[in-house]
Amino acid sequence: MAMLSFERKYRVRGGTLIGGDLFDFWVGPFYVGFFGVTTIFFSFVGTMLIFVAAADGPTWNPWQINIAPPDLSYGLGLAPLKEGGFWQIITVCAIGAFGSWALREVEICRKLGIGYHVPFAFSVAIFAYVTLVVIRPILMGAWGHGFPYGIISHLDWVSNTGYQYLHFHYNPAHMLAVTFFFTTCLALALHGSLILSATNPKPGETVKTPEHEDTFFRDAIGYSVGTLGIHRVGLVLALNAGFWSAVCIVISGPFWTRGWPEWWGWWLNLPIWR
Amino acid sequence: MIGFGTRIAIVVGVLLGVAVVFTTFGFPPVNSTQNGPRGTGMAQLGYPGALDRLKAANVLPEAQPASEPSGEKSSAVYENVQVLKDLDSNEFLRVMQAMTEWVAPQEGCAYCHEDGNLASDKPYQKIVARRMLQMTIDLNKNWSAHVAETGVTCYTCHRGNPVPAEIWFMPSPQSKMATYAGGRPDGQNAPSSSVGLTSLPANPFASYLLGNTPIRVQPDSALPKGPGASIQATEGTYGLMMHMSDALGVNCTACHNTQALKSWEQNGTIRAKAWHGIRMVRELNKDYLVPLTSTFPASRLGHEGDVAKINCATCHQGANKPLLGQSMVRDYLASLRP
Repeated sequence: MAMLSFERKYRVRGGTLIGGDLFDFWVGPFYVGFFGVTTIFFSFVGTMLIFVAAADGPTWNPWQINIAPPDLSYGLGLAPLKEGGFWQIITVCAIGAFGSWALREVEICRKLGIGYHVPFAFSVAIFAYVTLVVIRPILMGAWGHGFPYGIISHLDWVSNTGYQYLHFHYNPAHMLAVTFFFTTCLALALHGSLILSATNPKPGETVKTPEHEDTFFRDAIGYSVGTLGIHRVGLVLALNAGFWSAVCIVISGPFWTRGWPEWWGWWLNLPIWR
Repeated sequence: MIGFGTRIAIVVGVLLGVAVVFTTFGFPPVNSTQNGPRGTGMAQLGYPGALDRLKAANVLPEAQPASEPSGEKSSAVYENVQVLKDLDSNEFLRVMQAMTEWVAPQEGCAYCHEDGNLASDKPYQKIVARRMLQMTIDLNKNWSAHVAETGVTCYTCHRGNPVPAEIWFMPSPQSKMATYAGGRPDGQNAPSSSVGLTSLPANPFASYLLGNTPIRVQPDSALPKGPGASIQATEGTYGLMMHMSDALGVNCTACHNTQALKSWEQNGTIRAKAWHGIRMVRELNKDYLVPLTSTFPASRLGHEGDVAKINCATCHQGANKPLLGQSMVRDYLASLRP
């Protein structure tokens, strides 16, 4: 496997979070590390358990395989394997695998001496998942409030969970999350197209510089956030999308149990116009 | 870098935000009951405090002490008895006592009876009460598909009020000005409590609980076969559903697995009860309430000169079963479910 010129320089021991030199090596292009091993362990066990649980179900149609959490009556206890126990162990494996991957990213950052922006960003996605299957179920007192593992079945869960609050689009944090998702797409599309425009001039002309990119937006909207700044904007938008997604589901149930349209009663009842 | 005024504005904004968050949300613990198979997300949620308030609001009045049979029919003892004429005269008095407590505890007998001449068909309240008594008996005898063995009494709707708290009238037509501001003649786009504060058409009752407008709007096939139900019809249906949810204190998953709202395979039993309930309310509005329009004085009618009508909330009042499923009619079987 080819290596970039700087990679050999940074392929040094050290910078690990745990276990010293244990597993502190590369396999081909991949850094292993203690957390690489735990990632593989949890991913393998979790995936195998998905197959075992699916084998217990009525179908091998990948769209319809469904591994559901326990009945609400089990509360926060352990359920028998075939009545939600598989879901519980698979959830532990998933969190183990996602967490390990994030920590492996941290170790790579430490070796390279760069910031932790990538593992931090990934952690926001993990946080959103953990909110769905751990934090919210604990706040509501039953693992059964987690979402089922299945392509169609988790969509049905999303639909019914939305209808638990009559009209989920009135959820204020859902409004924010949706807005951030759309704005993330907008920002990425503007940035991607701008870079491609500067690097694809007419045949025979040289590739243009960031000065041209900045000038385009100064001419168009009076301001350019700049070459580094656009990446800050992108990260802030994307992380807010994931973060407010987590907020919008954790407030549904633990902090509001009725229809979301009704929550806006406080706005209608403000003394200014009541 | 940040000016003093900006700082003040930020602090005020944050404080307002915190105030909204802490005064508008609830907090765990949460009660939840499962409405469907595990992992489908079908569940009813509520705070213990809200459940306590609901229980407190649904305490039954004590039944009147049982009567000693007099051996004589009420129609033999009293004049102008038209509905409960075969009832024992002492039981008749007991029911009159109960009706006073249920409907006009402050006003007493004189609310429906002329002083000194109880047999007279004045005031108008007596005519209404007689018709309502017939309605109650009709409900208990012929609508067990909805009211089951629990049945209803005057108290189910009245709760000690001469006029039940949850009634509806035809809305006044909206001014032309309001429609320029984005409102619509059917009240759409202005949040209304009749549809759970959504911006759906504000009066689903006239179409669905007085008229026979079809409620089902989902297509029968996965792929469209024609134009199907209009968006207006869909919004009307959702408005009615918001009312039903609000009236019963339940969410959509009480009756539906929302992967296919039209499917009867999930929660069909409770949804069938609701189906009969809709037909029941239509019939009661049509057969009992609308014909009383000319009986009521103008002061009891709505802006549009229409009589007070019922919807799901009239009986349910926020409980999935009215009075939380406690039966009062079992103490008045001879009169209210003869």
